Amino acid sequence: MKQYSYFPGCTLKEKARELDLYARQCAEKLGFSLQELPQWQCCGAVYPMASDEIAPKLSAVRALEKARQQGQDLITVCAACHHVIKRVNDDMKQGGDIADRANRYLGFDTPYEGQTKVVHYLEVLRDEIGFDAIRARVEKPLTGEKIGAYYGCMLLRPSGVMQFDDPESPSVLENLLAALGADPVEFPMRNECCGGYRVVDDAQAAGHTARRVIENALKNGVEELVTACPLCRYNLKKVAGGQIRVSYFTEVLARALGLLKEGGINA
Amino acid sequence: MPKIGVFVCHCGSNIAGTVDVEKVAAAARTIPGVVVACDYRYMCSEAGQETITKAIREYGLDGVVVCSCSPRMHEATFRRAAEREGLNPYMVEIANIREQCSWIHKNREEATEKAIVLMRAAVAKVKRDTPLTAGRSGVTRRALVIGGGIAGLSTALDVANAGYEVDIVEKEPTIGGKMAQLDKTFPTLDCSACILTPKMVEAAQNENINLYTYSEVEKVSGYVGNFTVTIRKKARFVREDRCTGCGACMEKCPSRKAKNEFNCGLNTRSAIYIPFAQAIPNVAVIDAQHCLKLQTGKCGVCEKVCAAGAIDYTQQDELIQREYGAIVAATGFQPIRPYQFGEYGYGRYPDVITSLELERLMNAAGPTDGELRCPSDGRKPKNIVFIQCVGSRGQTCRDKSYCSKICCMYTAKHAMLIRDHWPDMDVHVFYIDVRTPGKNFDEFYRRAAEEYQVDYRKGQVGKIYEEDGHLMVQGSDLLEDRQVLMPADLVVLAVAVEPSPDARKLATMLTASMDNNDFFTEAHPKLRPVESPTAGIFLSGMCQGPKDIPETVSQAGAAAAKVIGLLSKKELTANPCTAHPEEVRCNGCGECEKVCPYGAISYEEKELRVMGRREKRRVAVVNTALCQGCGACTVACPSGVMDLQGFSNRQILAEVDAICR
Repeated sequence: MKQYSYFPGCTLKEKARELDLYARQCAEKLGFSLQELPQWQCCGAVYPMASDEIAPKLSAVRALEKARQQGQDLITVCAACHHVIKRVNDDMKQGGDIADRANRYLGFDTPYEGQTKVVHYLEVLRDEIGFDAIRARVEKPLTGEKIGAYYGCMLLRPSGVMQFDDPESPSVLENLLAALGADPVEFPMRNECCGGYRVVDDAQAAGHTARRVIENALKNGVEELVTACPLCRYNLKKVAGGQIRVSYFTEVLARALGLLKEGGINA
Repeated sequence: MPKIGVFVCHCGSNIAGTVDVEKVAAAARTIPGVVVACDYRYMCSEAGQETITKAIREYGLDGVVVCSCSPRMHEATFRRAAEREGLNPYMVEIANIREQCSWIHKNREEATEKAIVLMRAAVAKVKRDTPLTAGRSGVTRRALVIGGGIAGLSTALDVANAGYEVDIVEKEPTIGGKMAQLDKTFPTLDCSACILTPKMVEAAQNENINLYTYSEVEKVSGYVGNFTVTIRKKARFVREDRCTGCGACMEKCPSRKAKNEFNCGLNTRSAIYIPFAQAIPNVAVIDAQHCLKLQTGKCGVCEKVCAAGAIDYTQQDELIQREYGAIVAATGFQPIRPYQFGEYGYGRYPDVITSLELERLMNAAGPTDGELRCPSDGRKPKNIVFIQCVGSRGQTCRDKSYCSKICCMYTAKHAMLIRDHWPDMDVHVFYIDVRTPGKNFDEFYRRAAEEYQVDYRKGQVGKIYEEDGHLMVQGSDLLEDRQVLMPADLVVLAVAVEPSPDARKLATMLTASMDNNDFFTEAHPKLRPVESPTAGIFLSGMCQGPKDIPETVSQAGAAAAKVIGLLSKKELTANPCTAHPEEVRCNGCGECEKVCPYGAISYEEKELRVMGRREKRRVAVVNTALCQGCGACTVACPSGVMDLQGFSNRQILAEVDAICR
């Protein structure tokens, strides 16, 4: 059973507990295990735009270094954590001023130079486990369920660094949904922004953006939206009302694998 | 000791303003071997040259050093002057004390000191100069033009009209190239075919021009003036000497599913076909992949209906070998297929098309007989959105870094024509910049925007998607500073141009250099724009870089002038400053061949006398007709046996010694 160093992130301990919980349960069922990093710290939640500041990147570097010590790939589930950690890892790999200063500050025995491989849970499902193997483990196929995959921005862009999927026409979530027996609906706004952190300073603007996504999904016959990002889910859910269900991809995965008990979180 | 004369030029104040020229001459006089040294206001003038020739005569000079401008400017002048006086021209050396000294320094003392050093180095070199004689070779008075588009045709016609034989090799079944596919041309809006087809006919009828259509260059050997080229004439399965172009075979052919290349795949054609009505030669060709007879052995309809008995299913490719004095690359371009731009949905939405596809949709001979229709369902579009710079001017690996140059003008043309023919259609153009330099070009664009009310919007499009049966275009309007979302029935992408994919293979055969984008490189970007750095290879049209039709025709004419200049020579004088290996010490390792950019080095088994014994050895041999004297091999040679005449290792070390003394 392949073991991964797991960085859950703060939201997954609070608001997005189902994202974390089902990720662990499904992993066990699919034959890999998530070993939570000891004493991990908040990833910073946003990749810092200031190019000369190391402080907001240090916690990500610490997590990466810990994974290196374990000799394991670092797995994430939250799209925002994945985005920050993957990009910081790239900064360290590039070895510029930021990498140099971060290493001097942290004073590891050997400098961290981006050695750890950062993978998202979906990438493991696609590249390591394989959708065929997942299909074989499905116990309750989601037959006839019209599910729309909502990617948002964090997993896809900047595509040169994220290397996750084609940013303009991604397919990993649709392929997963198809493997689970669902009827994936490709809707045009699936890779448009949900409004993101604008919800903090201009809820109206964020609402407008999120509404476009929801309306477009409805127009294309989507009955349920799945995402990997707690913030996307929050924004979309807010405007969706009762018209459309917004879930984490791990929830539908757990449902199809027969891990979900009636009535929500089976903690 | 050889007798050397040193002549220091003032170049008005260009040199004398910063360098104490008298001091340089005085310093020269102290060098052993220098028997005369003087300065003069303009050494390149008649009187200045006279000073040099007089000194050669009076002092019996063996070598001359002129301290003046760059050798690129007047080396030839001074060499000719020396030659007139009976001195071998290669016994003249230039010390560049202008571009490399006076122009770049301010301090007079330091500049003078540096000028003296440069002079000293030149004197050290000239003492080791040996008289060189240029070799001569003949010229085959026939040119090969590769590519039969407007560039190749123009070059070929100009060369042919000057009285020289020209062969055109065209890979497609007809000449005409991309221009044949265009509907109208900017900025005059005259019909493209109407101005192109007379040129095609003229080329076909010119007795000096020989067309090889449906043919490709297979192999090139030789050197300037004496190329040998193998041409592969692909099997047409139709005898050119018999086919009358009547078209009966096309009508009866039962296989009709092949994509019509001439119409950019917007409709289909029969397996036996003539690309378009004015094709030259007007001869059918069988597309073997779609021909039932050639694939399954069953059919043979075309053979039965052909009254001329021209069909020959057994035809094979034919290899033809021909000699040429000059070769012109005119391989042209292709528009990119923008599949990598997922945001525009080309390939996903049939109503997202490229500009060349639009040309066919607007052309009377196109798939819709000139009526603009949406490819998806044939309806008449109401809203048309153009997107410029698709794949051009980008900074990511998806894009070309360059500006494709023609798109702003043809988009203005398309927009204007649509508004003119169908005033009820709305036309929007998204642009980064509108670039319209050229005679009557900006006026043309303004007419589109002002007179024809085309809605130009500065900004880019981020997404195209389908909603309620039509396309939605999501973009930014930078001038209004807001996001825009507009419905569209038809979206036209002004895609980047790129060199023909065959160009790279050809460049390798020709040993002609290319840039990172696979455009052929010119010998000098300003002063030798139509010549390749490889002697005898010339460039015409888009294969050298993006250009419109007028520019292509001008460049094609310039290339023709260069070809005529070459072919008119009885014999060619080679540059004697070429590489020579010292055979006895050469171990045939192969390093020099690897670095030679001109393919001038090969290896031969030679019988040599080494230390009194005869032995057979593999040694490097330089083809002096191909060698351009770049010196790369002399540096690469691990045993130091490759030497450049006129720039020998010994001479260069002597110069270094003189500078460091």
